[in-house]
Amino acid sequence: MTLLFYIFAAVAVLAALNMVLQRTPVYSALSLIVVLCSLAVVYLLLGADFMAVIQVIVYAGAIMVLFVFVIMLLNAGHERPSHRSRLVRWLGAPIIFALFFELLVVIWDQFPPTSAAPPAHLDGSPRAIGTLLFHNYVLPFEVTSILILVAVLGAVVLAKKEF
Amino acid sequence: MVPLSHYLALSVILFVLGAAGFIFRRNIITVFMCIELMLNAVNLAFMAFSRFLGNLDGQIFVFFVIVVAAAEAAVGLAIIIALHRNRESLNIEDVDAMKM
Repeated sequence: MTLLFYIFAAVAVLAALNMVLQRTPVYSALSLIVVLCSLAVVYLLLGADFMAVIQVIVYAGAIMVLFVFVIMLLNAGHERPSHRSRLVRWLGAPIIFALFFELLVVIWDQFPPTSAAPPAHLDGSPRAIGTLLFHNYVLPFEVTSILILVAVLGAVVLAKKEF
Repeated sequence: MVPLSHYLALSVILFVLGAAGFIFRRNIITVFMCIELMLNAVNLAFMAFSRFLGNLDGQIFVFFVIVVAAAEAAVGLAIIIALHRNRESLNIEDVDAMKM
């Protein structure tokens, strides 16, 4: 279990690094799929069976297919190297490193590695999720359907020919 | 047992990589994928807290984040298609009408 987490954490980090460094969007998309699948394994290790399956089906399946489809449709090739704005060139890397170390320090300060162990068992089955979703979160769930409807209409209108 | 801080550290690394890509990349689709990476980093933090606090609500939040990410991807990619049709380019430096 423990070893599995570190293996897939390393895979996720390497794939994310490859995704950011890669200059061709298709390779970036494929690396992102690797990240999503290894995160699904991490979710499984966290006892979230249902969300791991949703991660693979919806995220790595549906959303990333949409991305790859658009990349192919627009024939997005090699990213041409370009002059960056001065702001990004001088402040980009320091701000990123500051964010990184600040977040790590906060985590190590608030949640030291020796802190409390998790409860023995957490039920992440579809039954438990569904019960919670349709009892406590039924209004957000219904609002979500309106959001999806608006997104579908928006996508159709935006991608229309004469826009 | 893996401690909570290691899950959060993985989450932070993925989030920072996504933020770095968002700042440094020029291709609009890659920038968009970096946003997805950052959303996933936050999802991982939600999952880890859900597990370690013994509370299932975190997983419900991840569910909603995935739904919003799907909606965002649909609308965002439609915008990218419209942009490509108008500007014939996917480079964000060519879309600077509102830049000072």
